[in-house]
Amino acid sequence: MWQPELETITRDELRMLQEERFQRSWRHIWADAPAQTKLLHDAGAERGDIRSLDDVHKLPFTDKSVFTEHYPFGLFAVPPEAVVRLHSTSGTTSKPSMGGYTYTDMVHWKDLVARVCVMAGVTKRDTAHIAFGFGMFTGGFGLNYGLEHMGVRVLPMGGGQTEKQLMMMRDMGSTVLVATPSYALYLSEAVREAGIKEDLMLRVGLFGGEGHTQEMAEQIERNLGIIATSNYGLCELGGPGISGECLLKTGMHIAEDHYFCEIINPETGAVLPEGETGELVVTPLTREALPLIRYRTKDITKITTEPCKCGRTHARMSPTLGRSDDMLIIRGVNVYPSQIESVLIRQEHIGPHYMLVVRREGVMDTLEVQVELTDGAVLDSFHLLEQIQNNIREQIRNILGLTVKVTLVAPQTVERFMGKAKRIKDERGM
Amino acid sequence: MFIDQISVFVENKQGALKDILKILADGKIDLRAISIADTSDFGILRMIVPNPDGALELFRSKGVTASKTQVTGCKLSDTPGSLYHVLNTLHDAGISVEYVYAFITRKDEDAYVILRVEDNDAAQKTLLAAGHSLIDPHDLYGI
Repeated sequence: MWQPELETITRDELRMLQEERFQRSWRHIWADAPAQTKLLHDAGAERGDIRSLDDVHKLPFTDKSVFTEHYPFGLFAVPPEAVVRLHSTSGTTSKPSMGGYTYTDMVHWKDLVARVCVMAGVTKRDTAHIAFGFGMFTGGFGLNYGLEHMGVRVLPMGGGQTEKQLMMMRDMGSTVLVATPSYALYLSEAVREAGIKEDLMLRVGLFGGEGHTQEMAEQIERNLGIIATSNYGLCELGGPGISGECLLKTGMHIAEDHYFCEIINPETGAVLPEGETGELVVTPLTREALPLIRYRTKDITKITTEPCKCGRTHARMSPTLGRSDDMLIIRGVNVYPSQIESVLIRQEHIGPHYMLVVRREGVMDTLEVQVELTDGAVLDSFHLLEQIQNNIREQIRNILGLTVKVTLVAPQTVERFMGKAKRIKDERGM
Repeated sequence: MFIDQISVFVENKQGALKDILKILADGKIDLRAISIADTSDFGILRMIVPNPDGALELFRSKGVTASKTQVTGCKLSDTPGSLYHVLNTLHDAGISVEYVYAFITRKDEDAYVILRVEDNDAAQKTLLAAGHSLIDPHDLYGI
């Protein structure tokens, strides 16, 4: 463990530490973050209302729209000169969310990422190949800092240039691969096609930046002969390091000494009891530049505080089922792309990449699932090809209760992603 | 006497077939026979070419889903009813045909049919026993 005294703290002591840190963060917001204070005030919350973390559920949520509204620095709680680092989301749909770090925030960040890496079995004898994009995305730099902090040799490859990635991975003897799961899958296919799996020393994957299914992780594990682990973070909350899987892979341990987490019903906002699935809401406890109250992550997951055999006492969150933003509503059925992915990845004869196309035909929404036919062996008969389509359609119907159109397309025609995958095309014009 | 047939997956979208044929043209591969079957979603292009392994390799190198299958070729006179006799022979022997396509050549007066059956050996024995003649692949590739 990287910080055993904090990672194995008893639940009672953890609660006391959280209380103490929350009170400090609460005072910091009221003293130094006028825009956030106004939001609280407008929602009817006052400084004295909150006696302990038990009262947090009374406070209003913050979400991405608050970042957009106060772009770029309106939410910050320190003077500009105290901010030593800025990161941001990609901002494809609106103004990006700006994330900021003070020197102390950076120190915490390195430790939190180092924890996640150690949990995944990384040691300082490893060589880590980082295929996350660098730049404003928190992933590349975050993992770089954490790994370097541990004494791991780091290759800051960035995304793209697949051939060069493979060459460096082989020639540098990389043992750890850091990437988004969709890019890791892409790289793992390239490794398989190049037939160089046996030349690689890779043993562990640290995957984050987007959710993925168990099946997808297993496919990457098979292609590369590694153990795939997930970790989780959000730019608005300080990037990677919020949670990560230990080698038992029974959920991602949340750094609860830095983040207080709740699960809510995304429709009503009501806090759900432990073990129920809902949207993750996070209140950071130690952030100086950007303290926040009840940030809605849009990620759907569940949390357990059951003890983990690894000895860490921090609660575990399940791999995210998807973002509530990515959730499609098709003919009244809630659809997460991950549910469809879990069906596709088990199928033979097709490739792992897919695209979901939503259309409106008349008053009906339709969902088309495009997958690549990669196996020539089934070309001999239409019957087999139709069987593939029917199997996929049936299995999706079993899971979602929704009939979709399955289209087989030629290999290498579904878009590949170097960073976060965008697997939905919504052509409904809404 | 099996004939190697190459099957290629073709998406049902504009230009898809042309793109496949361009690969053949660029690879200077001559087509002996082609057949296209399609549904509303996709098609399968089946072809007989002089160098099937070379064509398969070429398609795969271009990222096209392709496969090689062994089929039976039967030579028959270019007269009404001859294909019926072939199929009837197979039917009587309880051999079902997955698909069939025919072509004629400049070389002789005969017509050629390609038959895809479950069991090539059984089909060929049956056809020979009934007096039909099979196509020697070497003749076909060298047309």
